[in-house]
Amino acid sequence: MHEMSLCQSIAELIEAAAIRERFQRVRTVTLEIGRLAAVEPEALEFCFDAAMRGGCAEGARLEIVATDGRAWCLGCSREILLSRPLDPCPHCGSGQVQVTGGTQMRIKELEVE
Amino acid sequence: MCTTCGCGNGRDDPEHRHAANPLAPWSAPAPLDQGTRLVSLEVDVLEKNDRYAAANRTAFAAQAIQAINVMSSPGSGKTSLLVRTIEAMRGARPAAVIEGDQETARDAERIRATGAPATQINTGKGCHLDAQAVGRAFATLAPAAGSVLFIENVGNLVCPAAFDLGEAAKVVVLSVTEGEDKPLKYPEMFRVASLLLLNKADLLPYVDFDVEFALQCARRVNPGLPAILTSAKTGVGIDEWLDWIERGRTPRVAVAR
Repeated sequence: MHEMSLCQSIAELIEAAAIRERFQRVRTVTLEIGRLAAVEPEALEFCFDAAMRGGCAEGARLEIVATDGRAWCLGCSREILLSRPLDPCPHCGSGQVQVTGGTQMRIKELEVE
Repeated sequence: MCTTCGCGNGRDDPEHRHAANPLAPWSAPAPLDQGTRLVSLEVDVLEKNDRYAAANRTAFAAQAIQAINVMSSPGSGKTSLLVRTIEAMRGARPAAVIEGDQETARDAERIRATGAPATQINTGKGCHLDAQAVGRAFATLAPAAGSVLFIENVGNLVCPAAFDLGEAAKVVVLSVTEGEDKPLKYPEMFRVASLLLLNKADLLPYVDFDVEFALQCARRVNPGLPAILTSAKTGVGIDEWLDWIERGRTPRVAVAR
């Protein structure tokens, strides 16, 4: 359950932003999570409320925007889109694919008041 | 309703696309409530960990320390393998170990019995080591310049894969008493590794473990992943493992005066 540490990091980043950007409360937190990121969005949602408690994002809504997973297919030597880490290449069916993108977990923006 | 794009799929289908696609009919952003504004952050969730990892990397490089993050499920024989490895390195190169476990200092004590310095991080309820804890442990341990620093992560094939500790390489240990298909079940761990150690090789005659199939599974996740069959009991593969470590040794950077 490293999702709890991820949520704690999110809470810290929000508190730092609150001082910098001068806001008191956060209505919505928008995360951008790659489809191949080492995180389970459901588990993240589960931890989110608990981790935000007592801070300026207490009770905030969590929005998760999923971004494409990208990989390089060693079978047909081209960049492909992947929705799961172990999917084969959609063009040639090869299982020999190297993940090149879509593993990121970012806080994109906050709706604040 | 989805509050990002207003399309009505929000909660039922969290994977649907929002305004990222400018051609989508629902690309108009939902109007903000009165009195609110948007603050763009664009910051990595693990930004803090990554900053500590970068600091660790600098601290390691300053003393030509080669840090190796060793990860596996519990019970794969990581500590026994490190004890054997350190004994085999004796006289050739100094070694030190940072041990990560939820509780007890038992592993660090086993390492210290070899004469190598070791320090224990107890993560309590935590399921992985993070870069900040490793940085603190490194400062306490103060290994000799030029050492190999083994960081034995918490036994767990999931969470440790996500946290950069500032190491030069990640090594995953899979023992032959586990399933050959572990790499397919826990792909992230095997994807981030630069080396696979198939451990407890001495038990191969007694278990139904198909080495070839295990390697196939690992390379399905991480094409070209090098692998070494090792045994802490018989010493099989230890020389090859030491060669691999030696090849990854970072040349000592001359400090500008």
